[in-house]
Amino acid sequence: MAEFLAALGPDAAEEVTYLLDNVPFAIWETLYSTVLATLLAYLIGLPLGVLLVVGEEGGVLPLPRPVMTVLNVVVNLLRSVPFLILMVVVFPLSRLLLGTSIGTKATVVPLFIAAFPFVARLVEASIREMDRGVIEAAESMGCSPLQIITKVILPECVPSLLTGFATAFVTILSYGAMSGAIGGGGLGAMALNRGYTRHQNIVLWGAVILLVILVQIFQTIGTRTSVRMDRRINKQSRRKGRQQAKGKIDRDKRVPPGAM
Amino acid sequence: MIELRGLCKTFPGERGPFIALDHVDITVNDGDIYGVIGMSGAGKSTLVRCINLLERPSEGKVLIDGADMTALSPKELREKRRSISMIFQQFNLLMQRTCLKNICFPMEIAGVPREKAKKRALELLELVGLPDKADAYPAQLSGGQKQRIAIARALASDPKVLLCDEATSALDPTTTRSILRLIRDINQRLGITVIIITHEMAVVEEICSHVAILDHGKVMETGSVEEVFSNPKTEAGRRLVYPDGVIPEQLQTARVVRIAFNGGTAYHPLIASLAIDCGVKVNILGADTKNINGQAFGTMLIGLPENDAEAAKAVAYIKSQPNVTMEEVHDYHG
Repeated sequence: MAEFLAALGPDAAEEVTYLLDNVPFAIWETLYSTVLATLLAYLIGLPLGVLLVVGEEGGVLPLPRPVMTVLNVVVNLLRSVPFLILMVVVFPLSRLLLGTSIGTKATVVPLFIAAFPFVARLVEASIREMDRGVIEAAESMGCSPLQIITKVILPECVPSLLTGFATAFVTILSYGAMSGAIGGGGLGAMALNRGYTRHQNIVLWGAVILLVILVQIFQTIGTRTSVRMDRRINKQSRRKGRQQAKGKIDRDKRVPPGAM
Repeated sequence: MIELRGLCKTFPGERGPFIALDHVDITVNDGDIYGVIGMSGAGKSTLVRCINLLERPSEGKVLIDGADMTALSPKELREKRRSISMIFQQFNLLMQRTCLKNICFPMEIAGVPREKAKKRALELLELVGLPDKADAYPAQLSGGQKQRIAIARALASDPKVLLCDEATSALDPTTTRSILRLIRDINQRLGITVIIITHEMAVVEEICSHVAILDHGKVMETGSVEEVFSNPKTEAGRRLVYPDGVIPEQLQTARVVRIAFNGGTAYHPLIASLAIDCGVKVNILGADTKNINGQAFGTMLIGLPENDAEAAKAVAYIKSQPNVTMEEVHDYHG
């Protein structure tokens, strides 16, 4: 073991020790800032995304055109600012809200500001996919615009919204990795500050591999939940699919005639 | 009673406004099953969407029991829509809800207590013949079953009117017939007025009492199904009733008449007796019968002999028959 570590570099043992000691807290910081920023982003992004669709001309709840223009411009504006710049620009806001502009807690503010327009667009895309006929049916039954949004649009879009949620979460996670630049913590900061600047390759790659694993886990959970929640894909057909796949394998195992 | 008065609808288009409905006047009495038939693009769907104001007419009035729908406030309109249910070609069920919850949906909107709504929904499932599908999701159903659930959902709000927008167009003929039977059953049992939009003659023949023929946004003919189908007066009507056209070729005849059998026994041996009783030989250029509400209706295109005296004799004989009307076809080019 010691030989192996020595082969990796002069300070390999020290790096591994550092990694093992600091990884749990770094994971915690990464998750904490990502979860908090994602939730806050959805708090604003979900209603905003809904408004971007229903507020359109001919939508369920048409809003005045200037309002829609402003909403769209704000979303596009925030989305076009590079995250690194945004982090610095919102320093005063972070200080105002949290009393500090550095540290893990402070990174939640720029993360949230970068994420909510992105979330709004994801939600918008999900809702646009929806079959208009169902909304028309709801209108014909005498649903109010609010009822259509809460009882038809959102429940019908749940699978697609969940897929979007997984995408948003993973994106925010990777944005958060940049927060090391402004003194935030987490795996990204570890890779950047320790691994990259100090040429500690084991720390660098260790942190990156952990990030990859985290992304894998959350993406898989998101996709699986979305599929499981979707009632358009019914249990029977899923079971049938499995059986068919099994049947194929069984067939392949059959002994060809004359082989025995 | 539903009255459409001078209904117009224009859509803005790239090459000027598109006129979808052009001064449509239709009266539907309570308890009718009223068919609106027309080719694709005739404006049928726009027409039915104007009745519950999913589409706001550009001009004209929609009177339901004398009250003008176009004059209602949004809130009053939502209230009113609960008494006018609608079913669709694509069913438009909520895919993430079970069938039972789908049927409960209109009652949920109207604020009916949950238990009461559930009880009613189960009754409706029974009515449409799918009591075992309460917990199934729409994706697990066939097209016909989906439409049955949609019908149950439409009935949940105790409507007075049921609008059917191409409700059977996505279904096979057998399923179509069973859905139509269900609609007729509902009409008779619950006294709900039904308006059916379709491009299929068979649908109108099967269950409608009255029909309007729509062509390019205009109502060409209206009346009872018997009247309109046994003797279509307009080009659009004839195109629908006889889609294959009656175009026999190369038959040397001087005059052509169209005979219509209005009920009774179509093809009672009119032609045979014409030959025997009057000694006049006629050419049958084309014939078509329809079975409408159990009565036989049909038309026959006949070429009269070139001899004027014989032709006159034949005409007189045909005119003397009961349940038979006759008109001369002048624009016939053999």
